[in-house]
Amino acid sequence: MLALIRKSLTGKGGALRLAAVVAAPAAVAAAFVATAGWLSPDRLTPATFMRDFHAVDGAHPGFRRNHAKGVCVSGWFDGSGAATPLSRAALFGKERSQVVGRFALAGGAPNQPDAPGKVRSMALQLIPTNGAEWRMGINDIPVFLVRNAADFSDFTLATAPVPGTGKPDPARMSAFLDKHPETKNALGLLKARALTSGFANDTYNSLDAFLFVNAEGVATPVRWAMVPEQTVEPPAAGEGGQDYLFDDLLKALAQGQLRWRLMVTVGEPGDPTADPTAAWPEQRRKIDAGTLTLTKAESEDGGPCTGITFDPLILPEGVAPSDDPIPAARSAVYSRSFTLRSGETKPPSEITPAAVRSGGQ
Amino acid sequence: MRSVESFPISARVLHWLMAAMILAMLFIGVFMAAAVGPAYHTLVDLHRPLGIAILLLALVRLANRFLFRAPTLPDTLPPALKLAARASHVALYALMIAQPLVGWGMLSAGAYPVTMWGGASLPPILPHDTALFATLRHLHSWLAFSLFAVVLAHLGAALLHGLVLRDDVFPSMTARRGGKK
Ligand code: HEM
Ligand code: HEM
Ligand code: HEM
Repeated sequence: MLALIRKSLTGKGGALRLAAVVAAPAAVAAAFVATAGWLSPDRLTPATFMRDFHAVDGAHPGFRRNHAKGVCVSGWFDGSGAATPLSRAALFGKERSQVVGRFALAGGAPNQPDAPGKVRSMALQLIPTNGAEWRMGINDIPVFLVRNAADFSDFTLATAPVPGTGKPDPARMSAFLDKHPETKNALGLLKARALTSGFANDTYNSLDAFLFVNAEGVATPVRWAMVPEQTVEPPAAGEGGQDYLFDDLLKALAQGQLRWRLMVTVGEPGDPTADPTAAWPEQRRKIDAGTLTLTKAESEDGGPCTGITFDPLILPEGVAPSDDPIPAARSAVYSRSFTLRSGETKPPSEITPAAVRSGGQ
Repeated sequence: MRSVESFPISARVLHWLMAAMILAMLFIGVFMAAAVGPAYHTLVDLHRPLGIAILLLALVRLANRFLFRAPTLPDTLPPALKLAARASHVALYALMIAQPLVGWGMLSAGAYPVTMWGGASLPPILPHDTALFATLRHLHSWLAFSLFAVVLAHLGAALLHGLVLRDDVFPSMTARRGGKK
């Protein structure tokens, strides 16, 4: 065989042909390495965001890389039928879907103390009896802080403590804000938002725009909010304590059900869908698409919300992504966070099974 | 001029169709796994059904493989290389079946819907288990890299036969059965 190769090499163009045998696989391998991004360390990848969160909050194996402090909840969602003209998703019909959810505080520190002004979140997995599920993660702020994944990464790093002071570098943040007036504006709106006393009477917003697609295939841009039926009250004076927001939620659920209305805002031509920092006009039509009822809390340790990720692009037929670039970035990054934490040993969560059993006492 | 014993048309069509699909899937996979742009979602949506299509075609191909007698390798090849060629083909078959099964299984273990086209989705093939999800997600990467390595070696070997040795091996996958050399 080696003799055969040698013989062929002495023929016309033999060396060239042997070179092609080596060059072709080498070229394919090089293309593969380039496609995978191994030659471009500056490419924005899910790993970039893992490093960003690590720079801000340190390593917390086993926990979500963001919205790390949380508690599982469950209940159901009753579709009202009012959204069916806009979306063919089964769960908008007059039927009941099972719900697994999670309340959390934004940020990667799983033991951070509760405080009135911290960003609170609700995450939901709606599972209709027939038809595909819908997952969402929604926040109690009026608009998102950045327009795209690259800006999110830069903004996050600008909030990272610098060695020595242990505080973020103000110069870095002001440089970012000078370049990003939309973030400056969003931070203003965030600061000005009316705070409520707890998770139970808070409103959570999709921030991102999606498309509802109806049976005729007509797509309508939408955003939505979960609006509480519980009485909205401002934070009580002097309220505080390490876990007071979560304890109040556990108490409320120990006493009875909590309900929210799924209020869908219908976008009109010209409303920005690709920019979650831009609010839509207040007078847009709103549809009451159904009622969320939560009945039960469980610790993350053993609870049903730990083993899933609330990937905002797990959508049923009838709900589709818009040109908003943030959800795709979230989908990719949540997948990485979920993979990493699923392979790690997790220390106990701040909100323990015992705390849940005692009803937040 | 003598005739080349070649693979039947069914095997050749499946081979080249699947070669294109598998190479595409390897590139789509590593690109999307390092992407956070809108392409991420578009590509994952393509990756799942294309991967399942490869699984189905691989099963058809494997069944088909038992229905014909594959051309024998030329006697100019030393026995050790014949064995290596056989082993690499077995490895290719094993990987093109295992890789999509691991993809499907890992999404099942992670409680992700295994969405295909038109809103249809496949049932889970493994129980919801996050540790298993993490293991299979890593396995999916390592099997992909192994598959890619074997494909590269296979490509190099095929070209060695076709361009340097110029024996009957390359035409057996390109030429008509009994076609002229
Ligand atoms: C590019 C921007 C964003 C990045 C990189 C990001 C990153 C993350 C990560 C890594 C997690 C943990 C996921 C897991 O391990 O399961 C998470 C959770 C969460 N994110 Fe984001 N996020 C972004 C934007 C947003 C936006 C715009 C919203 C709200 C509309 C949001 C709401 C949430 C919520 C509610 C959770 C908690 C889900 C839960 O309780 O499990 N995020 N985020
Ligand atoms: C993803 C890519 C590929 C896969 C998975 C693959 C797989 C296989 C397998 C399993 C066989 C054994 C025949 C059978 O039993 O079906 C085979 C044979 C063959 N392949 Fe490929 N192949 C790929 C790409 C290529 C490429 C790019 C070439 C040429 C440039 C090539 C050339 C050949 C040749 C010439 C044979 C015949 C070998 C013999 O006579 O035993 N293949 N391939
Ligand atoms: C022959 C078939 C397949 C090949 C060659 C393939 C290849 C790949 C590759 C190369 C990656 C990137 C790995 C990395 O860089 O870490 C990947 C990721 C992935 N694959 Fe596959 N795959 C196949 C089948 C499937 C199937 C059938 C499914 C699901 C039904 C699937 C789901 C996924 C998912 C969800 C990811 C990860 C995306 C992420 O990181 O967020 N794959 N695949």
